[in-house]
Amino acid sequence: MNNLLAYIPAFPLLGFLVLSIAGRKMSKNLVALTGAGTICISAIISLVIAAGFISSPPTEGFISTSVWHWFTLSDFIVNIGLRADALSVVFIFIITFVGALIHIYSAEFMRHDEDYARFFASMNLFVCSMLLLVLADNLVLLYLGWEGVGLCSYLLIGFWFKEPTNNHAANKAFLITRIGDTAMLIGLFLIFHNLRTLNIQEILLLAPQNFSTGSSEITLIALLLLAGGMGKSAQVPLQTWLPDAMAGPSPVSALIHAATMVTAGVYLVARMNAVFALSPLAMSIVAVVGAVTLLLAGCSAMVQSDIKRILAYSTISQIGYMFLALGVGAWTAAIFHFFTHAFFKALLFLAAGVIIESLHHEHNIFRMGGLKKSMPVVFVTFLAGAAALAALPLVTAGFFSKDPILWYAFSSEKGNAWLWMTALLGAFLTAFYTTRLMIVVFWGEAKTAIGHHPGKAMIIPLIILAILSVTAGFVEWPHNMIHLTLFSDLLHQQLPEVALKPDLPAESLFQLIAALTTFAGIALGYMLYYRKTYLATSWLQSPSVAGVHNLFKSGWGFDHFYRAVFVQPFLFITRINRTDFFDRIYDGIASLNIQLNRFLSLSQNGSLRWYVVGVLAGALFIITLQLLL
Amino acid sequence: MILIWLIILQLGAGILSWLLSKRDNRLAAGIALTAVIACLLLTIQLFARFRPSFAGGGQWLMEYRADWIPAFGISFHLALDGLSLAMLLLTFFLGALAVLCSWKEIRQRAGFFYFNLLWTLAGITGVFLAIDLFLFYFFWEVMLIPMFFLIYIWGDTRRRYAAIKFFLFTQAGGLLMLLSILAMVIIHAGQAGRYSFDYADLLNTTLSPGTAKLIMGGYLLAFAIKLPVVPFHNWLPDAHGEAPTAGSLILAGLLLKTGAYGIIRFVITMFPEAAASVSWWAMLAGVIGIIYGAFLAYGQTDLKRLIAYTSVSHMGFVMLGAFSFSEMAMQGVVMQLLTHGISTGALFAIAGMLKERLHTRELGRMGGMWTTMPRMGGIAMLFTMASLGLPMLGNFIAEFFILMGAFQASVPLTVIASTGLVFAALYSLRMVQKVFLGPPSVENITFDLDARELVVLGALSVSIVLLGLFPQPVFDMITNVIRNLNHTYE
Amino acid sequence: MMSIQVSAVLIVAAILFVLGFIGVLTRKNILFMLISVEIMLNAAGLAFVAASAKWQQADGQVMFLFILAMAAAEVSVGLALVLQIYHQYKTLDIEKLNALKDE
Repeated sequence: MNNLLAYIPAFPLLGFLVLSIAGRKMSKNLVALTGAGTICISAIISLVIAAGFISSPPTEGFISTSVWHWFTLSDFIVNIGLRADALSVVFIFIITFVGALIHIYSAEFMRHDEDYARFFASMNLFVCSMLLLVLADNLVLLYLGWEGVGLCSYLLIGFWFKEPTNNHAANKAFLITRIGDTAMLIGLFLIFHNLRTLNIQEILLLAPQNFSTGSSEITLIALLLLAGGMGKSAQVPLQTWLPDAMAGPSPVSALIHAATMVTAGVYLVARMNAVFALSPLAMSIVAVVGAVTLLLAGCSAMVQSDIKRILAYSTISQIGYMFLALGVGAWTAAIFHFFTHAFFKALLFLAAGVIIESLHHEHNIFRMGGLKKSMPVVFVTFLAGAAALAALPLVTAGFFSKDPILWYAFSSEKGNAWLWMTALLGAFLTAFYTTRLMIVVFWGEAKTAIGHHPGKAMIIPLIILAILSVTAGFVEWPHNMIHLTLFSDLLHQQLPEVALKPDLPAESLFQLIAALTTFAGIALGYMLYYRKTYLATSWLQSPSVAGVHNLFKSGWGFDHFYRAVFVQPFLFITRINRTDFFDRIYDGIASLNIQLNRFLSLSQNGSLRWYVVGVLAGALFIITLQLLL
Repeated sequence: MILIWLIILQLGAGILSWLLSKRDNRLAAGIALTAVIACLLLTIQLFARFRPSFAGGGQWLMEYRADWIPAFGISFHLALDGLSLAMLLLTFFLGALAVLCSWKEIRQRAGFFYFNLLWTLAGITGVFLAIDLFLFYFFWEVMLIPMFFLIYIWGDTRRRYAAIKFFLFTQAGGLLMLLSILAMVIIHAGQAGRYSFDYADLLNTTLSPGTAKLIMGGYLLAFAIKLPVVPFHNWLPDAHGEAPTAGSLILAGLLLKTGAYGIIRFVITMFPEAAASVSWWAMLAGVIGIIYGAFLAYGQTDLKRLIAYTSVSHMGFVMLGAFSFSEMAMQGVVMQLLTHGISTGALFAIAGMLKERLHTRELGRMGGMWTTMPRMGGIAMLFTMASLGLPMLGNFIAEFFILMGAFQASVPLTVIASTGLVFAALYSLRMVQKVFLGPPSVENITFDLDARELVVLGALSVSIVLLGLFPQPVFDMITNVIRNLNHTYE
Repeated sequence: MMSIQVSAVLIVAAILFVLGFIGVLTRKNILFMLISVEIMLNAAGLAFVAASAKWQQADGQVMFLFILAMAAAEVSVGLALVLQIYHQYKTLDIEKLNALKDE
């Protein structure tokens, strides 16, 4: 099993190399076979490993392999070493399995694109980097994967690079995540400065010995790592890139900007749990960041009209839930939400991709409508995904993963009523905007004619993901219902359990409130967009509602703020100093010399007599000096 | 003897290609290529031979010594250690690619061009090998003057201005260095009773702290101009921008490295205390260079000037690392010299290839080139990523170690320097976007890389990836050198 | 033998020198300027001879011989140049010959 580990990232890498070197000369079928095939092989290997983990857990709790020696500097040894424990196994399973489905989907979705090979090459490189990220046994390799996924995200957001707006979106994504990455890099330096190692296990072991709980250094380390996570996972205030990242092809949005890459921050925080656990302040910041993000993004999702932007904001919001869970110490709940979210959000994006394709690249939901009858398979699968997103009680995976987060937001030692209420409000918003999306897109009258229907390669992944969106939650039941906790049993090998407050009210009360909130959200959506559609339009007439609407729609004005505070001054400085201020100084010296030269050359006028007078004056001057001194 | 052959081979081949070029331009290029590749093979053979003994005790792996002007203690003294070996590998590697880059570009007076190219390379080789200071100064000038001609004769429209600016800046620095050398020799003669320009002898001169600082200042300024450190960088964008492709490649890839090499070999080794006393300021200068270079790079509208300013930014890392006095940072510095040579060399090669096709360096007149030139686009993307410090590629290893080492020396400076990574992303992405992305314009329809260009860029791509994934041989090569350095500053 | 006062000879030499110098300054024709330079040279030679007579040393005489030789050389080169200048510019007017002027 150890030996298999290295092959998981190796196959996508092989796919990338083949496609990027020879891809243009290969037939489209061969490209698709290489691109999707390598991921499928990885998925099978991951399944084997995951099955091994569940059936007969390795005695130490992990399997590891060192692929090659990267570098050594005196006592600082770094290997390209892979290590899979329960946490990584969950991630590699999602990455390869969902990745494989999305690759199969893409084989048809991207069929008519001229850069077919480039697409699959980038996707394969992404999967490889993401796998390295979650399998790395040291932070340098993790950082390698971390930046690698950033690169692929950049390449794929700007995949249709002939459109300048896509390039801007790609640049924005890369830059904003890079700000977080740089903070994280400084965090790495700080860790090395204190612990003299960057091996993850050693850090987790040494951190409690070297730092006292709540010391400022460990808080700083935790916050710097968090900044990295916030950039990648699009948490406030580094969230602005994700909605724009929807410029990429839909499978990219599904794989990178919903299921996997954006949860890298969640992985990082969970992976470094011992570091975060040492700093209560950092933990509460994680929780607050998550809570604020889920609320802000939820509000923005309510008012978007672009189907992919709605889903993007909902992704930000759902990752906010994961951060909230991490912040209150509910590590397993966060990872479980990642697990289910990957299925249903990938599903929603893929289904959205189908819809957009069929409706001649129409993104605006208000120009869709009536798809219930014309695209029944998409309707059913989308409904499954949407229900999971809205966390419809008991029948969807979303409920099983979101409910513990709500519960722990209150009941954990680190939780409180405010966090719980924010999460609850977020749940209400989620239910509302999901209902709005469903009704506007699938009910009502058709506004755009359907171009062509999707083929099997696109439908089958949708169906598989729809099934999983419903059933994936059944592996982990709330404690007070059925005692089935497969998922947390697996993860508790790695992640600590939640410490609860004493004397808590009954959990079922909270579940009831959560369920009612969801239904209330659905009911409101139903009212506003199905029964009394005039209400929403009439509300928008009033300036205050319209103002709020615009604020939400623009993502709370973060873009404007950053533009005014960072972008414009930077551009201003680079513009005024384009010719290099120091050059002026040297030009000054040069022109001083030229002036001096011009002055002295006045004396060289070509008149012989003038020269003779010069000689005489000089002679007289010297003689006078001789006589006087 | 091999060491001296490396130099003679290039000098001789230079004269030969000048004399024979009357008949055939290709012949001149062929002679140059053969000579440089022969040198490269010799150096690789040296690398293979010494690989087991890198960790071993002695300071030099190999020495060659002959009297030159015995009355003044001047000798023809060459020596090789891990550092110079690493730099020589880079020199001949980039040298060979520089010849390949000029294959079609240079049509006029090709023989004289290759003469100058080879003599510059010979000068650089000498600088990396000489450990007699007189000889060092001699080679320092040997590499300067042919370079001047390369820019002056084969450069672009503003070539005269650029060449003279380059010459004046470097010469001013060189003069200060000469003064410092002489001062040191005279002081040493006063103590030892005989003249000597030998590195080992001068290393043992005892200097009062004040004098040491002054003399070090002369060296440091000369090397800082060459590196370049802001505010002495102004020759660089002009020279890089106007030089022919091979000239830019050698300037960015090799000439700048002589400055860094000088700092490591002379400033830090000969004046450890004096260097330590100015280290904070030197690191600050490095950080300013990182940020300032990045800002200027972003503002440029000329592709080659943009790349030139990125060099200013990257060389700031060298300054930061070299003066942080940590072994880790020093390893990073040497790595940075190699990787920056490769990545920036590649970017200049790409700029040159674009110029051959489009006859412009203006970013405004490019765009959408990926559509017509997917191969070049892919490779350009690789090197853009290298230049912004993406892991997997060599530059990351270098900058990572420099920053990590510098972090031990000064936290605030390192944190500011790290923001340079964000700015690096800014200018790199802007460059790629302006040149390769966006809608293709009709006038830019052109052919993709041919076999020769593919060889050049392929070799560079492979080496940058290898350095990123297997950096250990480089570290092994220089560990001993840096250990010796450590002894001096303990 | 009647001895002449050294100072008188020097005064004559000085007058000759100043005359020559004024000639150089005021003449427009190169040929005359050349003649004036010759006069100045001879004035210097005269001063040397007088000095040599005063101190009874041969050095002054030797210097005079040098001056003679130099004057001869100067005249030959100078006249050749003058010929060339006339050939080129068809004038010997010093006011018009200002090609050495820095632009």
